[in-house]
Amino acid sequence: MRIVAAFVAIVTGLIVLLGYFVPAGSLLELRLQLVQWAAILAATAVLVGVVSLLGVHWQKISTRQKNSAYSILLIISLVTTFLLGLLGTNNPLISLVLDGIIVPAEATLMALLAVTLIYASVRLLRRRADSMSILFLGIAVVILLMSAPLPIGMFPGADVVKWFINEFFAVAGARGILIGVALGALTTGLRVLFGVDRPYGGK
Amino acid sequence: MSIIGLALVLAAAGLLLGLTFIRRKTVPIFRPIPAFTRLKRALGISVEAGTRLHISLGRGGLQTPEAAPGLAGLAMLRYLAEQTSASDEPPVVSSGAADLSILSRDTLQAGYKAAGAEDFYNPATGRLTGLTPFSFAAGAIPIMQDENVSANIFIGHFGPEIALLTDTAERTNSPAVAAAVDPTAQAVIYASVDDPLVGEELFAAGAYSNAGNTHQASLQVQDILRWAIILVLLGGSALKLLGII
Repeated sequence: MRIVAAFVAIVTGLIVLLGYFVPAGSLLELRLQLVQWAAILAATAVLVGVVSLLGVHWQKISTRQKNSAYSILLIISLVTTFLLGLLGTNNPLISLVLDGIIVPAEATLMALLAVTLIYASVRLLRRRADSMSILFLGIAVVILLMSAPLPIGMFPGADVVKWFINEFFAVAGARGILIGVALGALTTGLRVLFGVDRPYGGK
Repeated sequence: MSIIGLALVLAAAGLLLGLTFIRRKTVPIFRPIPAFTRLKRALGISVEAGTRLHISLGRGGLQTPEAAPGLAGLAMLRYLAEQTSASDEPPVVSSGAADLSILSRDTLQAGYKAAGAEDFYNPATGRLTGLTPFSFAAGAIPIMQDENVSANIFIGHFGPEIALLTDTAERTNSPAVAAAVDPTAQAVIYASVDDPLVGEELFAAGAYSNAGNTHQASLQVQDILRWAIILVLLGGSALKLLGII
């Protein structure tokens, strides 16, 4: 079974990869078909994941674990949203759930994130007092000062300083990191394609 | 452009195979990365103290361009599952993509099986905690707070929401090792974790955990290709400066 799974994965991976580089004829059609099947499988995986999530929280409730009240809330919310979703995505009730609960809740977490980041920055020097940390914080403060609407107005030359830091140092650094990441992604993909890393089929 | 891409893929594949199967006279030596040293220490403490590891694989689904960090995370998970199978508390895995969650279960099971402890495998330890960035983080936080977690490993695709996870790790006094590919998340990690993994260091996890020759060869291939790209960039700049291109 493991060999069959590996064979299917490797052949599929090769077809999709080749179809990307030779986007014509039956190879392209086959690639699109396989990608479409993958999309269906991914959607099914969401259902499996949600059922598993329900199972975990049900177990938490039945064994009376710590904070199981949140699990009750989660199950009620999940089932309610699912039932409302069956009425159709244009239903006003599902819009109410999205606009009245989910969007504000995510916005709250986003706001919390801002506070968390300030707290982390303040603690950075205590955690790692080296030259790079000082540079990191210094640049962050400079960019903040150059971007913030201050009572005295913008600092003279703020746009130029901000542009210089962003376009030269930040972009160059980010590109360097992303090239490294791309090479890492390439070798990781190849390992999966060669069947060395098999996160499927129990190897 | 697609020809250059194909050439790059073929070159990388050839190098990877060559460096994997070549008979080595010396073992490749990699520079020490503090985060991996910390990880090994956390692993030992977890097994000895009967506490559990929390591994978060992020939310890079296999159908997205961010699949690679998730796959690197799964390779790391395989090693961690095998190493901690003797612990009283099995590691718990959170992810924000359904396919990644299913693969995490499979990987956990494979790790236990390899360690001869398949009976201890519990499918409920591989969890999908949410499908949006913040619901994923909000779902992972209770795991860190309530489930006797002694160390956290965040390895995969994260956005700025990772700050909520690293903050919880700090509040619960459980050390965190974190790696992400998104530049914003990397900045957050740099500010909030003691030993951050930057950029491609995320993909080095397998080589540093002795996952096999291919993982070590991967690092060497990355180094060779990086030098090739540097030479191309410098050559291109020089030719542009001279007005040849």
